[in-house]
Amino acid sequence: MTVLAPYPPEANLLRVGIPEAGASTVASARGAVNVAIQNLTKSFGETAALHGVSLDIAGGELIALLGPSGSGKTTLLRLIAGLDFPNSGRILFDDYDASRKSVRERNVGFVFQHYALFRHMTVFDNIAFGLRVRPRAQRPQEMIIRERVLTLLDLVQLSGLDKRYPSQLSGGQRQRVALARALAIEPRILLLDEPFGALDAKVRKELRRWLREIHDRTGHTTVFVTHDQEEALELADRVVVMNEGQIEQVGSADDIFDRPATPFVFDFIGDSSSLPVEIRNGQVFLDDRPISIDAKGQPDGLATLFFRPSHIKIGDEAGSIVGTVTGSRRVGDWRRVDLETGLARHRLEIDVPAGSDVAKNGRVAIKPTVSRLFARKS
Amino acid sequence: MAETALDLPAVGSPVTEARSVRFTLIALSVITLALFLVVPLLAVFVQALGLGLGPALATFQDPDAIAAIKLTLLVAAIAVPCNLVFGIAAAWAIAKYRFPGRAFLISLIDLPFSVSPVVAGLVYVLLLGPFTPIGAWLLQDFGVRVIFAVPGIVLATIFVTFPFVARELIPLMQDQGTGDEEAALSLGATGWKTFFYVTLPNVKWALLYGVLLCNARAMGEFGAVAVISGKLRGETVTMPLQIELYYQEFRALAQVSAFTLAAVLAGLALVTLVIKTWLEWRYADQLAATRNGH
Repeated sequence: MTVLAPYPPEANLLRVGIPEAGASTVASARGAVNVAIQNLTKSFGETAALHGVSLDIAGGELIALLGPSGSGKTTLLRLIAGLDFPNSGRILFDDYDASRKSVRERNVGFVFQHYALFRHMTVFDNIAFGLRVRPRAQRPQEMIIRERVLTLLDLVQLSGLDKRYPSQLSGGQRQRVALARALAIEPRILLLDEPFGALDAKVRKELRRWLREIHDRTGHTTVFVTHDQEEALELADRVVVMNEGQIEQVGSADDIFDRPATPFVFDFIGDSSSLPVEIRNGQVFLDDRPISIDAKGQPDGLATLFFRPSHIKIGDEAGSIVGTVTGSRRVGDWRRVDLETGLARHRLEIDVPAGSDVAKNGRVAIKPTVSRLFARKS
Repeated sequence: MAETALDLPAVGSPVTEARSVRFTLIALSVITLALFLVVPLLAVFVQALGLGLGPALATFQDPDAIAAIKLTLLVAAIAVPCNLVFGIAAAWAIAKYRFPGRAFLISLIDLPFSVSPVVAGLVYVLLLGPFTPIGAWLLQDFGVRVIFAVPGIVLATIFVTFPFVARELIPLMQDQGTGDEEAALSLGATGWKTFFYVTLPNVKWALLYGVLLCNARAMGEFGAVAVISGKLRGETVTMPLQIELYYQEFRALAQVSAFTLAAVLAGLALVTLVIKTWLEWRYADQLAATRNGH
């Protein structure tokens, strides 16, 4: 089961409360829930995990929380789920103030990194669990439960595996069961905690595509946490870049990649090189040598110059950055050359075409074609 | 150089001991087990049948023996369920929560193992004897005699067998963590439903094993019960106590009765082992699934 087939059209989604494909393209379609996070703080003992985080998630959106470990992204996800309470702040699902409600009352679908499937129950019983534990008044009849479970198994492309136990499934299959189980309760929103973290690279790529398809069919507001930027940029409508308990930037993949708002985002997303520079009278100086970078609008003082290794031009013009080659390696279609520049021997990386013999020369002069300047303190 | 690679002697796996070492270790274990476990057990059965089957079976018509068996069964029937509940509660609290005094509770659970059973029995006598405040109150207001009576025996047995269930469950529940419970809560289950449908099934084999151990010890406890029971024949004498009483008489029939009852207890231990082994064999994959988790 390596290729995931497109979803079969025969299964009647509407009857079991799942909207048809296309309905989710309109925000808040079919009651997809908006999430408003207002000024959340959370500390574990002395350590502060979140410092006043605010975020607005539109209904039906697929949004990624991206950041290194310790950035607070999993903490934020668990606060939204209700698996933890914040020290201060509010969480709203549309108009419903969920801030003090337990995870039971919030009706969220949570998918754990290590699946948390009930190992002594079959796949069928796992998916049916959320429906069967409802109080008698709200519990659907067993026939209806059965229908919904089988439809969901179809949706996640695991039909026929309903009698298996989790230990008899592969990692990718288990994760799909976990998703079906979360969807069965018709949650307000769907939350996924590094859902593909425990899987190998090929399965991860397949499941990414599959998750996007499922999201487009079902239209739930979905938040997922990842430290893999490729995953976040590929999957999500918007990406929230987090660092040390704060949100650095929120935007689409293009925004994050092409218009990073902070030094952290520039450095964390994609490859980057940086140099400490000084701005005097609108001119940029590296170790007291002027370099021709446009500093318009930047205040005088210390700054950091960021550029991507592939956004450079080689040529010995005035105002170039001159560096000594210290090594190089082949990366895909390019050759990545390590340079050192200036008295302090700042390290740089640039990309040159694979066939070029730039690396063989001792010295290279470069000029960034696209760059950003961020003020720094020291 | 007549030797080629094909002439080398066959070697075993590079990561286990040499055959001679393995043989020695296994032989050593078997001999030790045979000497210290199998031979004494066999001796019990042999002595029980020393005068033939008739006198052995006659034991079960002696009213003292019958009363002892009944009392042992009664005590086990009360002590084991109590410790089942206490053990699960303690393991649940320790494994799933962090609270002040948790480490202290963990050491407290091991206390009955480190304290001599005689001391345990004595503690109850000193606390609940008929001349102590609590004991006197119970006796006068409720007519309940604790020491030198059945309630005392039950209490002492509960104390002594308390750790078995808890010690089986705690490491397993700690290992399993709270992920499954969080999942169940997120799907809308209440605390109780989570406990019965998720937590308990995850530990059912460890639980069963703990109960089997607890039962075996409850039926076989001597020291604590000896101190507390007062040894009133036909009333407060359990099987182990009765075995000692028989053994101290010098009549040959009494000796046979002692070993017959001992054989019953030994038989119980063997049955326990057989059930456990059968369960492990029959449910091997479910056991493996529980242990390995996801």
